[in-house]
Amino acid sequence: MTLGLTHFLVLSTLLFCLGLFAMLTRRNAVAILMGVELMLNAANINLVAFNKYVAPGALNGQVFALVVITLAACEAGVGLALVMSAYRNLETVHVDEINVMKW
Amino acid sequence: MVNWPLEIVRAVLLTVAVFTFMAVVGAMFGVLLERKVGGWIQSRLGPKHVGPQGLLQTVADTIKLLQKEHIEPRAADRAIFNTAPLVVAVAGLMSWVVIPFGTLGDRVLVVRDLNIGVVFFAAMASLTVVGILAGGFASNNKYALLGGLRSASQMISYELPLAMALIAVAMEAGTLSTVGIVEAQAGWFGSFAFRQFPAFVIFLIAATAEVNRVPFDLPEAESELVAGYFSEYTGMRFALFQLGEYGEMFAMAAMATTLFLGGWKGPVLPGVVWFLLKMYLIVFLLMWVRWTYPRYRLDQLLNLSWKVLLPAGLVWILITGYRVTF
Amino acid sequence: MGQLAAFIILSVVTLVAAVVVVASQNIVRSALSLIPTLLGIAGIYILLQAEYVAGIQVLIYAGAITVLILFVIMLTEHGTGARFRQVNEQVLPGTIAVAVLAALLMAVFFGTAWPRPAGALPQYSATAIGVTFLTNAILVFVVTSFVLLIALMGAIVIARRER
Repeated sequence: MTLGLTHFLVLSTLLFCLGLFAMLTRRNAVAILMGVELMLNAANINLVAFNKYVAPGALNGQVFALVVITLAACEAGVGLALVMSAYRNLETVHVDEINVMKW
Repeated sequence: MVNWPLEIVRAVLLTVAVFTFMAVVGAMFGVLLERKVGGWIQSRLGPKHVGPQGLLQTVADTIKLLQKEHIEPRAADRAIFNTAPLVVAVAGLMSWVVIPFGTLGDRVLVVRDLNIGVVFFAAMASLTVVGILAGGFASNNKYALLGGLRSASQMISYELPLAMALIAVAMEAGTLSTVGIVEAQAGWFGSFAFRQFPAFVIFLIAATAEVNRVPFDLPEAESELVAGYFSEYTGMRFALFQLGEYGEMFAMAAMATTLFLGGWKGPVLPGVVWFLLKMYLIVFLLMWVRWTYPRYRLDQLLNLSWKVLLPAGLVWILITGYRVTF
Repeated sequence: MGQLAAFIILSVVTLVAAVVVVASQNIVRSALSLIPTLLGIAGIYILLQAEYVAGIQVLIYAGAITVLILFVIMLTEHGTGARFRQVNEQVLPGTIAVAVLAALLMAVFFGTAWPRPAGALPQYSATAIGVTFLTNAILVFVVTSFVLLIALMGAIVIARRER
């Protein structure tokens, strides 16, 4: 069978679910951010695949994917800065140990 | 439709040919050239005894490195420790895929003329950083870790001016493909070294810092950090790191030739000879700078990138955009 | 046929590396395994004829974001947290929820009849993307550059040492 849209959709579903699993079950804050990156990549694959197979006239899907990559870089930067600042003040990076309002 | 098995075989053979060329020319000949040039600049002779005029010195060095014992630190992470030199070597050698060597008849000698050639080159340069970080971390040695962190921060700081220089040249040539950029430089004074001189200077400085050469070699300074991020590597893995670094230095020189000096164009001799002459000219320039200048301190190095080269690159992109449009 | 083989190889590489990212007990191995994942996804973009997006994916994701993640790991715990428990107590409900979501999404994807219009993607995607950014999507372009600037300043302010 030839390569079709559904192949790419199955791949992106699996990646999205793996990223979601990482976000739900890991304790380390950086590992949660890695799960977020996996989910963003899965969404990008969806965008580019739909661009090629369902709407090939213009390049809106690829443009959107580029914007998502840029925003993912911003979000990773700010998120990791927050993790570093939290480590400096609270001395832990495990999110289930950050459970008091006053330190 | 594309004939898949033939394309795969052709790609593998061409890649092997380019890697062999790099291993022979870049690593072997380049290391010897560096020692000879360093010797002449310092008023001494370089290696002379092995082979006629010392030409087999690198062969002897390679045989020496190959028969050394493979030591791993006990608490090091084995999988990462063994894969890090591979990442550096492969990323350094993959940059050669988009570099055009010359013409043969009317075919251009390039492994793959990607239509995003310049972006691919910058991407391979940025993959080297990961190998260096992993190698520095996996050695379980604080000097290696410090060297790895310093080297990684230096290399990512200098990727930005490198990308600015590449963008300015791509804007003026109108294409991201390396073959297209060479075709856009015609005539004696049409090469981009004249029309894009600030980009040329920025590219050379950023390229020197990207391959960790003096005056930017604080991460591997012998007098400071033992040997930086590859302190714990022995034998063939050490040779792989060196191969990656020299391969990347030659790739930066080849890219500078392609982007700024007109690639393979020249009057009488065949294209490949002109390309090699121009590439060795830039390599000689890099080596000359190495043996002349003292080393920058880390904060001076990062200041140079963020406060001098990045604004200069941005201003030059603005000026190039103006020149291209009007 | 060749494209299907390439797709299968690339997706196997991507998914195996993603499983290592999600399930490894050593956080440094987890972060380093993000690189084959991202390179596999760049290969998928090339299969989808989006070469420029693939180049940018390798340059930014695999080259810069991974380095950022590795830096933060090395500056917070040096990756010595391997002796700590890495997953919290929500593993079982998490697995069930994720499996249900995956099944629902795949049912939707296989059940819909996707339209197949005629037409082809532009040949040289980098020029076409540039033209799209500067004509149809120019507001997106300018706003994204502002967001980048603000995120840069914000990250520096947040991560600075208090005096």
